[in-house]
Amino acid sequence: MSFMNWIDERFPATKVWNEHLAQYYAPKNFNFWYFFGSLAMLVLVLQIVTGVWLAMMYKPSAEDAFASVEYIMRDVDYGWLLRYLHSTGASAFFLVVYLHMFRALIYGSHRRPRELLWIIGVIIYVAMMATAFMGYLLPWGQMSYWGAQVIVNLFAAVPFGIGEPLSIWIRGDYVISDATLNRFFALHFLLPFILAALVFIHIVALHKVGSNNPDGIEIKKNKDENGIPKDGIPFHPYYTVKDVVGIGVFLIFFSAIVFFAPDFFGLFLEPPNFEPANPLKTPEHIAPVWYFTPYYAMLRAIPPMLNSQFPGVVVMFGAIIVFFFLPWLDRSPVKSIRYKGLIFKIAVAIFVVTFVMLAWLGMQASTPAKTLLAQIFTALYFAFFLLMPWYSRMDKTKPVPQRVTK
Amino acid sequence: MKKLIAVITLALMPLTGMASGGGGVQLQKANIDLSNEAAIQRGAKLFVNYCMGCHSAKYVRYKLFTKVGLTEDDIKNNLIFTDDKVGDLMKIAMPEVDAGDWFGAAAPDLTLTARIRHGGADWIYSYLKGFYTDPSRPMGVNNTVFPNVGMPHVLWEMQGVQNPVYKYEVHHDGHTVAEFDTEAAADAYVKEQGEGFRLERVVDRLEMAQQGSLTLAEYDQVSRDLATFLAYISEPMKLERQSMGVWVILFLVVFTVLAYLMKKEWWKDIH
Repeated sequence: MSFMNWIDERFPATKVWNEHLAQYYAPKNFNFWYFFGSLAMLVLVLQIVTGVWLAMMYKPSAEDAFASVEYIMRDVDYGWLLRYLHSTGASAFFLVVYLHMFRALIYGSHRRPRELLWIIGVIIYVAMMATAFMGYLLPWGQMSYWGAQVIVNLFAAVPFGIGEPLSIWIRGDYVISDATLNRFFALHFLLPFILAALVFIHIVALHKVGSNNPDGIEIKKNKDENGIPKDGIPFHPYYTVKDVVGIGVFLIFFSAIVFFAPDFFGLFLEPPNFEPANPLKTPEHIAPVWYFTPYYAMLRAIPPMLNSQFPGVVVMFGAIIVFFFLPWLDRSPVKSIRYKGLIFKIAVAIFVVTFVMLAWLGMQASTPAKTLLAQIFTALYFAFFLLMPWYSRMDKTKPVPQRVTK
Repeated sequence: MKKLIAVITLALMPLTGMASGGGGVQLQKANIDLSNEAAIQRGAKLFVNYCMGCHSAKYVRYKLFTKVGLTEDDIKNNLIFTDDKVGDLMKIAMPEVDAGDWFGAAAPDLTLTARIRHGGADWIYSYLKGFYTDPSRPMGVNNTVFPNVGMPHVLWEMQGVQNPVYKYEVHHDGHTVAEFDTEAAADAYVKEQGEGFRLERVVDRLEMAQQGSLTLAEYDQVSRDLATFLAYISEPMKLERQSMGVWVILFLVVFTVLAYLMKKEWWKDIH
C-alpha cells in the first residue's frame, strides 16, 4: 500500500473514499424509491458522454442543423445510437428525477435538517429544465422552432416595458433564428457541467446531514459504542451492489425504448420535429415535450388579464418556485407518509393525479372543457402546497418507532 | 403504499376513456415489410422515375441502396439519371425558391415523410390510392387523406381515374347527427330541423371511372412498394437497431441476474 500512502500524503484519496463510501453509513431500510438518485447520476453521465460525441458531428446553424442531425443518424457509424440514447436519456432523466422528488415528498426528505439539500435539488431541477429546453431547439425541427418561439415569447409578457427587450435579449433577434440556435447550443453544452457541479454540492450536503429513510427517523440518534449508527450500513459495498441491480433493471427498460420505440409513440420524438423548422409555417398544434406539459397546461389555463399573458406566466413559474418552500409548508410532527394520517395520503394521491392530468392536458389542443379541467387541476396543484401548513397540522399521525422498520 | 397506488389508479381511470376517440380519415393498411429488399428496390425505381422530378430525398445517399442488395453499378445504371455520384445525396435540380414561385409551394423533401405523417407507411399508401377527380382544384384532382393537396396525380396513367361518391352529413354541436346519400334529402332534413344544423359533403368512397394500365392489385403493389421505400429511407437503420436491441437486452438480463445474486450474497447478514 505504499503507493496509496504516497497518494494520501498528497491527496486525501483514502479519506474521501471512506467518508463518502466505505464509512458513510446509510439507513439499512432503503426501498424501491431510493434507486432514483443513483439512476439520475447515471443518466447525467450518459447525457454528457453522448452529448459530447453528438457535438462533434452536429452543426449549430439554422442552415445546417437539421441536415447535420440526419447526417448523424445515417452517415456516422452508430450515430443513430448516440442520438437515440441522448433523446431517450432526456426523457429518462426527467422521469427518474420526478420519481426522486416524489420519494422526498412522501418520506419527508426535504424537512429539517435537510432543507438546504432539498433546495439544492430544486436548483438542479430548474437547471435541468433550462438544459432540456435549449437542447430541444438544436435539431431545428418544426416543434423545436415553434416550441422555443412560444416559450421565449413568455418573457415578452413581463410588464413595465421590460418584457420586449428581455425576449429580444434572450433570442438575440426578433424571432428565433440562427443567433438563438448558436447561443442555445453554447449554453446547452455548458449547463450539464454546471449540473454536475450542483450534483456534487447536493451530495456534499447529503453527507453532512445523512440520508433520510422510509421511516423518516434519524439513524444518528441511535449509535453504538463506536459511534456508528445501529441502523446504518456502509454505503459501499451494500448500496453500491444494490444500486448496480437497479441500474441493470433501469437499463433493460431504457434499452427497450432506445432499440424498439425510440420515438416512444411520438412522446419522446414528436412527428412534426422530423420536418425542418419553417418560420413561415406555424404548426396546427404546438406542445412541448411531455416533461414540460404540466406547466404548459397551467400557463394556458390562466386567461389573459388586462390584455396581458403575464398572469399565466406568473402561475407557470410559480408552480416551479413553490417547490423551494416545501420544507416549511409541511407542519406535520412526523416526516414519513408511513406515520402520517389519511389527510396527507389523500392529498398526495390528489397531487399525483393532478400532475398526471396536467401533463396530459398540456399535450392536447385546448377546448373550453379541457381549459376548465386545466383550471381545476391548477387550483388543486397550488392547493396541495399552499394549504399544506393547515392540513398537515390537522392530520392525525401515528407514533414513530425508535428504530427503522422493514 | 398499495392503497395509495390503488387510489391513484382509480382516479386516473377517466383518462383512459378520454384518450380514445378522436377522428380523422381511416387509413388503409399498407402491410409493408422492411426486410423485403425487392420491394424497396422496386420502390426506389418508382421513386426516381415518378417522384424525383419534384421531390428530393436530400438526406439519403444513393449508396444506401447497396444495403438492400444493389451493387454500385446497379445504382448508377438504374437509379441515377444525372451526373451524380453513387456517394451523393438524392437532391434535385429544381431550386426551392423557383418551385415555390411556379407551384405555390415547393414539393417537400420526402426523406422523413413516413416519420412525419400519422400512420407512416399506411398514410403514404392511402395517399397514393386516394386521388379522385375534383374539377374545383387547379390540378383537377383532390385527395382523401390530404384534402386540397396541390400535387397532381402523377401515377394516374397506372391507376386510372377515380370518381368520388359523396355522402351528406348533418352536423350539430360538433356531432354527426344524420347521413344522406343525396344532397336534396339532407337539405330537406336541415330545413326541417332549423337553427344550428349544418350540412357537410364528404367523400364516402371512390369509384374507378377509367381503369389505368395496371389492375387494382398491381396498383396496390406499386403503392405498397413506394410506401415500403419511403418507410425504409425514413429510418434505414430500423431493422439493424431492433436486432441489436435483442442482444443488448439479453446481455442486460444476464447482467442484472448476476448483479442481483451478488447483492443477495452481500446482504445476507443484514437484517
